[in-house]
Amino acid sequence: MLNAGTVVLADGATAPAITSCIHCGLDCPPNPPRIGELNFCCNGCRTVYQILTDNGLQRFYTIDESPGVRPPDEPSATYAALDQAEVRQRVVDFSNGSITRVTFRIPAMHCAACVWLLENLYRLIPGVGRSEANFPRKEVSIFMENDTVSLSDLATRLASLGYPPELKLDRLSGMTDTTGHRRLLLQLGVAGFAFGNVMLLSFPSYLGLDPVRDAGLMHFFGIVSLLLSIPVLFFSAQDFFRGAWIGLRQRYLTIDFPLALGIGALFVQSVVDILRQAGEGYLDSFTGLVFLLLCGRWFQRRTYDALSFDRDYRSYFPLSVTRRQNGLDETAALTELKPGDRIVVRHGEIIPADGIIISGEGQLDYSFVTGESAPVAVQSGEYVYAGGRQTGGVIEVDLVKDVSQSYLTSLWNNEAFRKPREQELQNLTNKAGRWFTAAVVVIAAVTATYWFFADPSMIARTFSAVLIVACPCALALAAPFTFSAAQRHLGKVGLFLRSPTVLEAMGKADEVIFDKTGTLTNGPTGTAEFEGPPLSEQESSWILALTKHSSHPTSRAIAVAATHPSKSAFPETCITKFEEVAGAGIRGEFEGHEIKIGSSHWCGVSAPEGHGTWVLIDGKVRGRFLVGQNERPGLEKLIATIQRRGWITTLLSGDRPAAATRFREVFGEKSVLRFEQSPHDKLNYVRTRQSANHRVVMIGDGLNDAGALRQSDSGIAVSDNVTLFSPACDAILAGHAFSRIPEFLHYARASLVVLKIAFCLSLLYNVTGIAFAASGKLSPLVSAILMPLSSFTVISFSLLGAAFAAKRTGVNKSWA
Amino acid sequence: MGVIYILMAASAVVAITFLVLFIRSVKEGQFDDTWSPSRRMLIDDDPVEKKSNQKEGK
Repeated sequence: MLNAGTVVLADGATAPAITSCIHCGLDCPPNPPRIGELNFCCNGCRTVYQILTDNGLQRFYTIDESPGVRPPDEPSATYAALDQAEVRQRVVDFSNGSITRVTFRIPAMHCAACVWLLENLYRLIPGVGRSEANFPRKEVSIFMENDTVSLSDLATRLASLGYPPELKLDRLSGMTDTTGHRRLLLQLGVAGFAFGNVMLLSFPSYLGLDPVRDAGLMHFFGIVSLLLSIPVLFFSAQDFFRGAWIGLRQRYLTIDFPLALGIGALFVQSVVDILRQAGEGYLDSFTGLVFLLLCGRWFQRRTYDALSFDRDYRSYFPLSVTRRQNGLDETAALTELKPGDRIVVRHGEIIPADGIIISGEGQLDYSFVTGESAPVAVQSGEYVYAGGRQTGGVIEVDLVKDVSQSYLTSLWNNEAFRKPREQELQNLTNKAGRWFTAAVVVIAAVTATYWFFADPSMIARTFSAVLIVACPCALALAAPFTFSAAQRHLGKVGLFLRSPTVLEAMGKADEVIFDKTGTLTNGPTGTAEFEGPPLSEQESSWILALTKHSSHPTSRAIAVAATHPSKSAFPETCITKFEEVAGAGIRGEFEGHEIKIGSSHWCGVSAPEGHGTWVLIDGKVRGRFLVGQNERPGLEKLIATIQRRGWITTLLSGDRPAAATRFREVFGEKSVLRFEQSPHDKLNYVRTRQSANHRVVMIGDGLNDAGALRQSDSGIAVSDNVTLFSPACDAILAGHAFSRIPEFLHYARASLVVLKIAFCLSLLYNVTGIAFAASGKLSPLVSAILMPLSSFTVISFSLLGAAFAAKRTGVNKSWA
Repeated sequence: MGVIYILMAASAVVAITFLVLFIRSVKEGQFDDTWSPSRRMLIDDDPVEKKSNQKEGK
């Protein structure tokens, strides 16, 4: 069976390169796991390959090159909670007793082959029926038989294939999002439909329909246009009226107010004209305007469905934990946990609430909380914080606090998370809209007063004409099109904005705050360097074999450093007496030689500078490994460029100030560098800067930055895997694009300039129009030409301007 | 000119038919995912399926 599978693949589309994994495409280690001629990067990939070929799913490998996802080394989460009635109910779409439909979010889905595989699940997992993937949303809906397969089984199987489902209990159904999307589409469709038909009906009157001889026909056309426009007013345009009303009630003038005023005046004037047979009305302008405005909304709405911009701690924490009560273990949902509960935390699990260790020895990785990645040894009786990941054996913890009251999670009780973002209200468009409204009302009043003395019969007509022509349609379109185009340019090179408006906050910023670990430095482990007499080939192969047995970050870094580039083989099997002492080091014997790698204390080294990881061979000190932080390439140049362009730079790190000198060198004398900052400290620092009238861009990566990201004017989360890990933020930056931050900031500024020019352009049209209107000469024909013309000019300027700025700032080399 | 009323009625029927079809397709979710279907159709059905069916006696 296995051989048959391999043969089928071997004549598949692409011959695999020797060193990259046929399944996931990652580099293979020396001496990789193999099936026949095929190399794999790890046993996980090999297993998945075997499962797929055994089930006749070899086609997976012909759809795309190395389409797979490397499955996790160890099952990271247990899905047992999914079988609990309460949790199950919230996850499942519907269930009729025997058949259940469930929709999982699968962040790992990334290519056509993934879609194919997820839709062929029925051939792989018994009990699964039809499954359908939605790629942009990274979701898969699965029908399953309740008797044959359980929800937790299904999730576990998916995870073992490299597609772990992401479960979010707080807002599992994406349905509201879909309905909003569909509603806008319908509004747009209705408006477009009415626009096209009303325009056709208006043409005859522009092209010389005789108002006297064809009065009946004109009236008929008018009535039909009116009928077509009614759904536009009540359905398509309702959001503008609602927006204006909400703004008024909160005593806040948004751009929606003058828009609603203009739209309303257009419609009322048209109804009056048509019913009194006084003219053909402005319904073509009316429908066209609503259509264009909705196009702007549509354009602005296109976001990155696949990315999640609002993850909070719940996305990182497990769904459930094992609670030990009266000696019995049970699965308890996170929400059920109370202080006083005793829970069991296994290797790789996250502690959900602050507590005290009762038994076992903790090796806690607090990188979520502090950004410090080296595990901390915690003895029983000591206090542990929520968010720590256990990396050793099993521990029992007595909870002291509620999940939401714990050290890290209490960050979310901060007011920064409660108040809605005011960004939407304070943006440039609304500010312009306020001035605009005031100006329009004044001009309309002056016009009315003038005509009161000159010719009272013209008052109503000119008054409404001013409102009509002053409708800031083009103004309202400038921001959506400029920023959305900019958003697209940025998305192409790796910066994904939550919404186009984020760009405005970015463009106005004058201070950039960086987090250290994970942001300026890359990943939890850096490179290890050996200090001491050079190691012989045999010695490094021993060290490699030994460190390969440990999953500690330091061990992994050393393993990488000890790998001999020329030699691939190492004595894999000849270790005896392997032992890992938590928090101290590892020990093993090879052919009678004892190797010991660990802390100075454990190795009995009393060097003045004791830090580093020491290597002892046969009791003799051989040297030490220094594990450095792995800086992102080009860091110095990046910071220098940002500073030269006038931004203030600051570093906030949760780490100990071990690397302070190095970062002082990078940031220069003037920058503020703060170390040992708690998540709350970071948030408060951002707030202090803001109250000193600075606008802050925060660039961070972990949950520990979540508060600062939220508080800042625009928070950018750096992630090497954009669909997987990122805290709540305004924008997600792909790790590979990190060195381009100066360009992005520069581009944000440039796009603000483009927007301002577009504003001026649209105002120019409004001024011209008002000249017509105030003199009483705004015919429907003038309006029908002027309004679309202004909109189209502004839209094309915005799109071209954004592209030009992208080219000038180096964000996007092509014009596309 | 009376014929224009008949023509308009006819065109209205055609136009409204399309509008109704559009509304229906939006409500059915045809525009929710515009990526996957375009790829899905490019992937052939698996020729191996028949063989494996025989083998496993499905």
